[in-house]
Amino acid sequence: MNARILPYVLILPVTLFLCLFFLYPFILVAQQAFSTGSGFTLDNFRDVTSHWKFPISMKNTLLLAAAVVPIQLALALLMATMVSRMEKGRDLVLYIWTIPLGISDLAAGLIWLAIFEQSGFLNTMMSGLGVVDKPVNLLSYQHPGIVFLAIALAEIWRATAIMLVILVAGIGLIPKEYYEAAEVFGASPWKRFLRITLPMLRPSLQTALVLRVILAFEIFAVVAALGGTLFPVLMGETYAYQFDLLNGGAAAAIALIILAISIGFTLLILRLLRVPKGASI
Amino acid sequence: MAEIQIKNVAKTFGTYQALHDINLTIADQEFMVLLGASGCGKTTLLRIVAGLETATTGEIWIGGRRVDHLAPKDRGIAMVFQNYAVFPHMTVFENIGFGLRMQKLANDEVKRRVERTATLMHIEQLLNRYSGELSGGQRQRVAVARALAMEPDVILMDEPLSNLDALLRMEMRAELKGVLAESKTTAIYVTHDQVEAMSMADRISVMHQGKIVQAASPIEVYRNPAAEFVAGFIGNPPMNFLSATPAGNGKWTVAGETLDGPNATAPLQFAIRPEDMQLADTGLKATAKVVEPLGAHLLVTCDVNGTMIRAILDSDHKVKPGDVLTLAPQPDRVRWFDPQTTLAVA
Amino acid sequence: MTDAVAIDTGADTRKWGKYLYVSSVVLLCAWVIVPIYFLMINTLSSPETVSSFPKPFFPEFDLGSLKFFAGFAGMLTALKNSVLVAGMTMIMSILIGAPAGYALSRFEFRGKGTFRLLILLTRAFPLPLLALPLAVLFIRTGLDDTAFGLALVHTTLALPFAVLITFSLFSGIPIELEEAAWTLGCNRLTAFTKVVLPLILPGITASAIFAFVISWNEVFAAAVLTIENRTLTAFLLQNLDTSPLHLKFAGGFILVVPALIFIFVVRKYLFAMWGIANR
Repeated sequence: MNARILPYVLILPVTLFLCLFFLYPFILVAQQAFSTGSGFTLDNFRDVTSHWKFPISMKNTLLLAAAVVPIQLALALLMATMVSRMEKGRDLVLYIWTIPLGISDLAAGLIWLAIFEQSGFLNTMMSGLGVVDKPVNLLSYQHPGIVFLAIALAEIWRATAIMLVILVAGIGLIPKEYYEAAEVFGASPWKRFLRITLPMLRPSLQTALVLRVILAFEIFAVVAALGGTLFPVLMGETYAYQFDLLNGGAAAAIALIILAISIGFTLLILRLLRVPKGASI
Repeated sequence: MAEIQIKNVAKTFGTYQALHDINLTIADQEFMVLLGASGCGKTTLLRIVAGLETATTGEIWIGGRRVDHLAPKDRGIAMVFQNYAVFPHMTVFENIGFGLRMQKLANDEVKRRVERTATLMHIEQLLNRYSGELSGGQRQRVAVARALAMEPDVILMDEPLSNLDALLRMEMRAELKGVLAESKTTAIYVTHDQVEAMSMADRISVMHQGKIVQAASPIEVYRNPAAEFVAGFIGNPPMNFLSATPAGNGKWTVAGETLDGPNATAPLQFAIRPEDMQLADTGLKATAKVVEPLGAHLLVTCDVNGTMIRAILDSDHKVKPGDVLTLAPQPDRVRWFDPQTTLAVA
Repeated sequence: MTDAVAIDTGADTRKWGKYLYVSSVVLLCAWVIVPIYFLMINTLSSPETVSSFPKPFFPEFDLGSLKFFAGFAGMLTALKNSVLVAGMTMIMSILIGAPAGYALSRFEFRGKGTFRLLILLTRAFPLPLLALPLAVLFIRTGLDDTAFGLALVHTTLALPFAVLITFSLFSGIPIELEEAAWTLGCNRLTAFTKVVLPLILPGITASAIFAFVISWNEVFAAAVLTIENRTLTAFLLQNLDTSPLHLKFAGGFILVVPALIFIFVVRKYLFAMWGIANR
């Protein structure tokens, strides 16, 4: 076949598929969000934003992202640098550290439920140590802090691995000579990390952060498993509007709000971590 | 019989013109080397002959048959790649036999031809190995054997020795030349290594900026470069250039000296190879700047009226930096170039 | 004398640094493994133990919870649906995605940049949200509440990854190998099947498994798009409020097992995949 046409033939299936199942539904969401049956309107947005739960779920989602993402970034960087200088057992350690990558948010929520629930392992340990005399219902409205902590821990536990993988791959792309050169010039390990690893890792940091932040705004199942209705988040509200309230327009409006926040943060991250032209490896 | 004709071939990548109107005929059984610096278009030209690249305009004829609309497999060619392209998931035997199997030859014929070419390339003991278990030199041999096993009319080679170390390269150079002469195929060989080109070619096409500057026998290219580029590219160190002004009646003034030259009225470039100058009583006054003993010779870089030139002298001469030398160019080796066209002046 | 002391402290610091390093690695490994271990204890304990207090720190290897899980109405069907949807997603995303990955790695063509952007864009988008309008669309086309309909949405999720991963896999195969095959009597198709495909098969398998797990783990779209034919994640989510603890934990454990196998199988490719997809 003609080499000019062949590539288009090869990308045709994906393009058609994405137009049909990505672009088209996206347009439908937008349409649905901006209409209540008759013409263009912002009613849906007014409805959802004026609902008493909206500010709370917005605050919760952002707070959770703000608490979780920086810790994950620090943890992933720490783990990635540890792995990069590991000689023995590197494969095993990497395997263990990347296990959560394959675990769904729902399963992660259930795993941490086993720890935090009333007859769970945390209570068992605390009573074993004599901190409490009888099991406490930690995941209840009396302990909003602990609910938040449990959700944050489950998220950190589950989703650090994706950042780790991206960063390990990124560190692998940095030529060893730079470190050796820096060492010859007398840079301490900490300085080498600060002056070489971090700047050169910028493209990977971009990818990792964008992906992570977007996923953080989509948090849903972990919360459903651990907090239930105690801790409303945006994605959970979307689900509730769609199913419990059967209000598709409102669900679409929240969906667009989540999208807007995601795009806003993506642009912000790309801007903050931009790599000057010609300064890439 | 496989004469290759390249007729008016041009190639553009977007707005970049990689090849300008190339015309070249390669005789049956000739060993033609395309020589040039990287980016000169030599590999593009080879790939157009192979059919891996399509010419923007022009025609390719092989053995009297127009082939530029045929797929590579239908052109009667075989190719040796720069990185060998030995299939990693096949043994050496399967690699060499791959093309024969594609032609659906009988098993015993495949076996016979694989073993024959393997013996020819001295890899008969490696037939059951995989590519990962071979050294670079051995992979190179497999790649050549795989091409030869096809018994092609034309064999195309793209810098086949450039990934070998110097010693192995020299060894393979001689061996490849012998094997190809034996096989009676027409060969096009792309390289940037002038020593390889000089030592292997029947004819060299020197390429520069998408054009063939000169196509001639190695000694012709060396002695009578057709353009300043060829003179400066071939030879190590390359030819020396000094500007010359006409003094009338075929006399020229070069760095204050008067020399014989062609009849012309505009200034020319005087050119001489470093080994074609001797120490004498009259000649160019040159101040030695750097002296490099190379064993048999001395390579002396010196200043002539502000222009740096190099001379190769017998190492018996005692020369040290700062010495003023008198260098006499051998008259029949002097060449003249027109600075406007950069072409040689007869 | 002072020199000797200085050296000693240097060696000491290094020794302590080493201890610190090793113990941090071990600690971080425990951080990952211990929660999964707790879930396993719960799964391999009898339903009574699961809701009792205090908890044992070793499993009693009682299959009661798992038996209850298997016997719970609809659970096995949900499990079957999960496998079915994930299997279809795996096949569709590779069949549709791999040709595009090949095109990206081998051809320069007009619109390539735009195409790559579209692919990357889908990755930077809360995709499960698209399930909302599709729910309506599917009702109209009769795809609602079917495994195939959900697999279509999951394929949209998995496609960007399939394209980018196969793109990086194909880019790892030198084009010279294909060209050599062409000069040796192959056309594009035979060169692909005889040379590229055998070399790429392990990587393709890895990315297929990746697609499987994306679908296997997906909760939101599954919950939105299926009612009768719930997948395991959707089923568990729907029954979170009502189902007993041992059912939740057994279900969670069943969800986790493929993940353990998946990461083990694709561990070699995990980093190569992201290294290139980065750029």
